[in-house]
Amino acid sequence: MSPGYVELFYLTATALFVFSLHWMNDPKTARRGVGAGALAMLLGVAATWAQPFVVNHGWMVLAVVLGIAVGYPLSRVALTAAPQRTALSHAFGGLAAALVGTAKYYLWLGEGPEELTTFRMVAIIAEVILGCITFTGSLFAAGKLQELKWVPQRAVTYPLQNVFNIALLLVAVAIGTWLALNPAAPAAAFLFPVVIVIALMFGILLIIPIGGADMPTVIAILNSYAGLAAVAMGFVLENNLLITAGALDGSSGLILSIIMCKAMNRSYLNVLFGAFGSVQQTAPESAEQGEYKADTPQSAAQIMEQANNVVIIPGYGMAVAQAQHRVRELYDHLKKRGITVHFAIHPVAGRMPGHMNVLLAEADVPYTDLVEMDDVNRDMPQCDVALVIGANDVVNPAANLDESSPIYGMPIIEASKARTIFAIKRSKNPGFAGIDNALYFDDKTWMLFGDAKHVVGELIKELSGESATH
Amino acid sequence: MNRPRYLPRWVITVLSVAIGVTAIALVAQSDPAPVAEAALSPGGAEGGVDYWPMVFVFLLSTFIGLGVIRRVSRLLHTPLMSLTNAISAIAVVGAILVAGPDVPPMIRLLGGIALFASVTNIVSGFLITDRMLKMFKRDKPS
Repeated sequence: MSPGYVELFYLTATALFVFSLHWMNDPKTARRGVGAGALAMLLGVAATWAQPFVVNHGWMVLAVVLGIAVGYPLSRVALTAAPQRTALSHAFGGLAAALVGTAKYYLWLGEGPEELTTFRMVAIIAEVILGCITFTGSLFAAGKLQELKWVPQRAVTYPLQNVFNIALLLVAVAIGTWLALNPAAPAAAFLFPVVIVIALMFGILLIIPIGGADMPTVIAILNSYAGLAAVAMGFVLENNLLITAGALDGSSGLILSIIMCKAMNRSYLNVLFGAFGSVQQTAPESAEQGEYKADTPQSAAQIMEQANNVVIIPGYGMAVAQAQHRVRELYDHLKKRGITVHFAIHPVAGRMPGHMNVLLAEADVPYTDLVEMDDVNRDMPQCDVALVIGANDVVNPAANLDESSPIYGMPIIEASKARTIFAIKRSKNPGFAGIDNALYFDDKTWMLFGDAKHVVGELIKELSGESATH
Repeated sequence: MNRPRYLPRWVITVLSVAIGVTAIALVAQSDPAPVAEAALSPGGAEGGVDYWPMVFVFLLSTFIGLGVIRRVSRLLHTPLMSLTNAISAIAVVGAILVAGPDVPPMIRLLGGIALFASVTNIVSGFLITDRMLKMFKRDKPS
């Protein structure tokens, strides 16, 4: 295929990628977006592969077949595992970028060091550092989300952590700068792997101090790094398609992390270097809070029956218990009685952006009944029953009231303004961020302790039992 | 639908710093000396000027990306992430360019692994996005 046609294919693919993302602005057109994206990818691959200098067909077909064999099962995972899968695919993206950068460096070093211009070297170093950080960082994040035994779940902190991490990164950048200026020096071939190792280490160290509550932000940040690594690859290979598609991905990750940070009232740097949820902050003053009032699902169901307006606030607990289908049944039962039911979705509920929406969609809850935080707060005083299912920090009034709280200033769903609150909670331990929640001690709040799936099942049993006697 | 209509100041700062640094690097590179050096090499034209179009492409596509993504419904943030994930697997093009030509076996191996990783992302990314989007339904007529 002649170069002109290749560029034409790339141009078409770029346009399709932009359309693909544009169609994501509405659930009605979103599936068309996936088609456009897949077509664009096909055009990009076909145009590249068809160039005359591409000769290792057998070897590449093998890689593609293996990729399909691994990729297909990954697309069939349960949606509760969507955050892990996403993190894992960021890792693959980072790996690909790092490997291509490394290969290109050694290829040019061997064939003609004069090809290693400063610009190319800067791009290669950026690609390799970003790629490596994304690779180990995302792998580690995936391990945390999958709750692998050898990966610490809670934030791990130690003295001078940030100083150490930043120093490490500076060393990598310093070596990288030296390499960019002396790409063909005798020491370069050995220093290059040093940069790789430091970047790989930095990726892990960056994720270690991050607790579960910050995962949505971190996943979004890693998403944008994967995109930026592709952009750097585009600069190295002088390929516009890589630059445009990478930039689209990078800006998407950027926007998502901005939304997540705003939803937690924290800065970008604070998420990465703040070690939120470190246990020390929380220990005191929990004893003064008073007593929980536990209730039975039976009486909770009776109160819900009398309600006109119910708001369900799901959180990570619903995902852990895989309770979304039961919750949908509960929603159906309440709807059947003419009760208005809405789901209030906090932007950072769950472990990745939009996590709750996808789980509820999986359980067939129409998306028209999923309401965003700002809209639901306006109507909260008219709400008869707020049912909190495994959410904690996103309904914690301390965010509005307690200036000493680590989550002070974070926008929350104001469940405490509802007439009655029921909170389903696995145990009496504080939530992921390790912060006590005054909502649970409120006079209007009744706790339903137990696994979310089990408790919601009990509620349904009560509601359907009642309807049988009528 | 409540969409973010802001671009925080720090984003603008970071972007302008990045652009500034790139520009300085490029200008520095188009100094006479490196140009003369590059002109001697078979690679020829990497005097610095040739890189400008790529920087423009990057800048403009970032702005387009920010504009388009800001309009994406919050409902769809998870599928958006898996879709952009699949899109960033465009790294497959780079992997083919490295693994495809007649290069030493070691380079071919690195390219092959990169190709495997990108294809994994393409397949799983597009399929799972479609699977998720199929689930989003409007209120059913009851």
